[in-house]
Amino acid sequence: MDGLTLLLHAPVLNLQLLVDGVLVGAIFALVAYGMALLWGVMNLINVAQGDFVIIGGYVAFFAVSGGVPPLLAVPCSAAVVALVGWILYRIVIRRVVVGELFTSILATYGIGIVLQQLANQLFGSDVRTVESGLGSVSLLDGMLTVARIKVLAFLGTGLLGAALVWFMRRSRLGQAIRATAQNARAARVLGVDTDCVYAATFAINGAICGAAGALVAMTWIVQPYAGLSYTVRSFMVVVAAGLGNLAGIVAVGGGLGIAENYAGFLLGTEYQSAFVFSLLVVVLVLRNQLLLRQRQYLK
Amino acid sequence: MWMPSAAVRAMSLAGSEWDKLPPGADSRTRGVSVAVDRKMAASLASGVASLVASTALAAGAPGDGGTIALGAAVSLTGKYSIDGQNTKEGYDLAVRRINELGGVNVGGRSYQLKIVYYDDESTSARAAQLVERLVSQDGVQFLLGPYSSSITKAIAPVTEKYKIPMIEANGADRSLFTNGYKYLFAVLNTSDHYLRSAIDVVAEQVRKLGKDPKSIKVGIAIENDDFAADVRAGVVEEMARYGMSVVVDEKLPPELNDMSSALTKFRALKPDVLIVSGHAKGAVLAIRQLSEQRVNFGALALTQCDAAQIVEQFGKAAEYALCATQWDRTLAYKDRWFGSAEDYAQRFEREYKHTVTYGSAESSAAVLTFVDALERAGSLDREKVRDAIARSDLITFYGPVRFDSTGKNVGKSMALYQVQGGKYRVVAPAQWANATVIYPAPEWDTRR
Repeated sequence: MDGLTLLLHAPVLNLQLLVDGVLVGAIFALVAYGMALLWGVMNLINVAQGDFVIIGGYVAFFAVSGGVPPLLAVPCSAAVVALVGWILYRIVIRRVVVGELFTSILATYGIGIVLQQLANQLFGSDVRTVESGLGSVSLLDGMLTVARIKVLAFLGTGLLGAALVWFMRRSRLGQAIRATAQNARAARVLGVDTDCVYAATFAINGAICGAAGALVAMTWIVQPYAGLSYTVRSFMVVVAAGLGNLAGIVAVGGGLGIAENYAGFLLGTEYQSAFVFSLLVVVLVLRNQLLLRQRQYLK
Repeated sequence: MWMPSAAVRAMSLAGSEWDKLPPGADSRTRGVSVAVDRKMAASLASGVASLVASTALAAGAPGDGGTIALGAAVSLTGKYSIDGQNTKEGYDLAVRRINELGGVNVGGRSYQLKIVYYDDESTSARAAQLVERLVSQDGVQFLLGPYSSSITKAIAPVTEKYKIPMIEANGADRSLFTNGYKYLFAVLNTSDHYLRSAIDVVAEQVRKLGKDPKSIKVGIAIENDDFAADVRAGVVEEMARYGMSVVVDEKLPPELNDMSSALTKFRALKPDVLIVSGHAKGAVLAIRQLSEQRVNFGALALTQCDAAQIVEQFGKAAEYALCATQWDRTLAYKDRWFGSAEDYAQRFEREYKHTVTYGSAESSAAVLTFVDALERAGSLDREKVRDAIARSDLITFYGPVRFDSTGKNVGKSMALYQVQGGKYRVVAPAQWANATVIYPAPEWDTRR
């Protein structure tokens, strides 16, 4: 029986796909928000975004193996990856951030490879996962099962997103970050230490990726080479939703999660990733046409 | 370096050829190359040859015959670095043990064994180049296999071309043995055998419960690669024997990180047996998401669960899973080199301070098979050794080794574990097993 007939026979399966999609979409949105932040503030596309997520996953894994309760591991790995981000900024990123976009893509691509190989050498190529120990809830006669950790990841993402918005609007550092994003030179003239702002932004992105990574380790798996799929998904979400648009990012993230789940169910899991990549192409083409139209209008 | 070949090579070198010696070449020969004048090189070469030969003879017993070099390109860096390391440790341990026991006795002379290694960086193209170099520059006459089927596939045409016998232990693809290769031998079971026994075990249990195996529905989710496709082919062939039917047949992508949509299908169609094969990732995800989504099954059969460490990572959620393995330390095999499988495991752990994997065990078995064949051949002639390997019929701590005409080991069968009470218990093959299988596995709601 193929996927479509199955869905028609048992409509309750739709609910499972939708719920799963929205819940996992939240994690994509979280990672994408970090990417949008870097892109907006530093004009930097972080190709190593997914690898930061994986590092976060490993931190959570080792924290939990060391006796830290799973939920505490989330802030733990946020802190550690923020530190990693800050160090990477000091060593590499500050040298390329003023250059062309292309240079920073190459630099972060390189960082990604180094992180992958380091993870492989230090932690081994074994697939790791963290047991949250939360179990799952069955609804509707067992036809709908939702892992509690996914719900928690969803709520955590919402909370973190809200905190970030507040931070950007209200705190001094947040204001400095926004000022730098608008016009770095003017911000410097007005006494904002942009180097410090960039470092903070990179560290904040690290914290976001770290938290997301811990959630990924508890929902799925971490493995040294699994980062790329998170980079691609967050890139796509950012391209579709635009920079500095948190609501848009959440909506697109959820939509992507749902679309992926349906694609996996209807076309087969095999085509799930292929579907994501094709969607990326479609989004890029559409986005480009939209921009072209705007430009014509401006003339 | 195997002396006679080094000597022959030294004689054939002349003039500018000296410069082309690779860094890995025999240090004695290279040392000479620095010292001599190029023009005199050719005339000196024969002198060097006899010098090298006499040094070898003067070495005395054990190892009065000199040294036999086995070549190997293994992955010490890159994505297979951990597996490559396991392979290397297996080879090294066997070589150390053989040399401890006095070496290899070929035609009344005792030879020490050694391995010339190169790092293939986990890439097929590099591995093929390195094998060319091992054979044509380092003069290696016998090869041990690399890690992974894909790299073995890249190497096999080269060893065929040079007629170099290769015994490999880490390439399980069935297609390696359908090309008519004459010099390729594998001590491990090919991948189509991995989960055949799971189907047999289920069929037997179903019969005991008084039902017809025909009624069994199977759900398959496998990665879209050669290994898993072979696993699937084996399972499907075995299912056909009992008339079982497939209700879900999913392929998983290599970048798999979520199989929930496939599991939603499993839950809707309720297969009795789930077959999942997608490296360690597939095993981890299957356990994690089956338990999370509470998908019930009679039997869950997996590959690579030891690499995935499902018991260590999941505890109770991993209960009742069936796992295929090439070898286990509790199996009752014995040999004259290491003793029992358990003896081997203990020796390994003393030397390397970490748990032994079947990857290391089968790698050691490849070396033992070479030793056995060299001794029976009574000669270092490649063709004679090749024929001796083809006629192998021995039992090692790893299991019996007997090759069919294509070079596959048909002497041994895969072992099947079931996770019972947090331990891996061998449930098949029946004569080596130490537990009986639990079928059907209890439903999630009744577990705890």
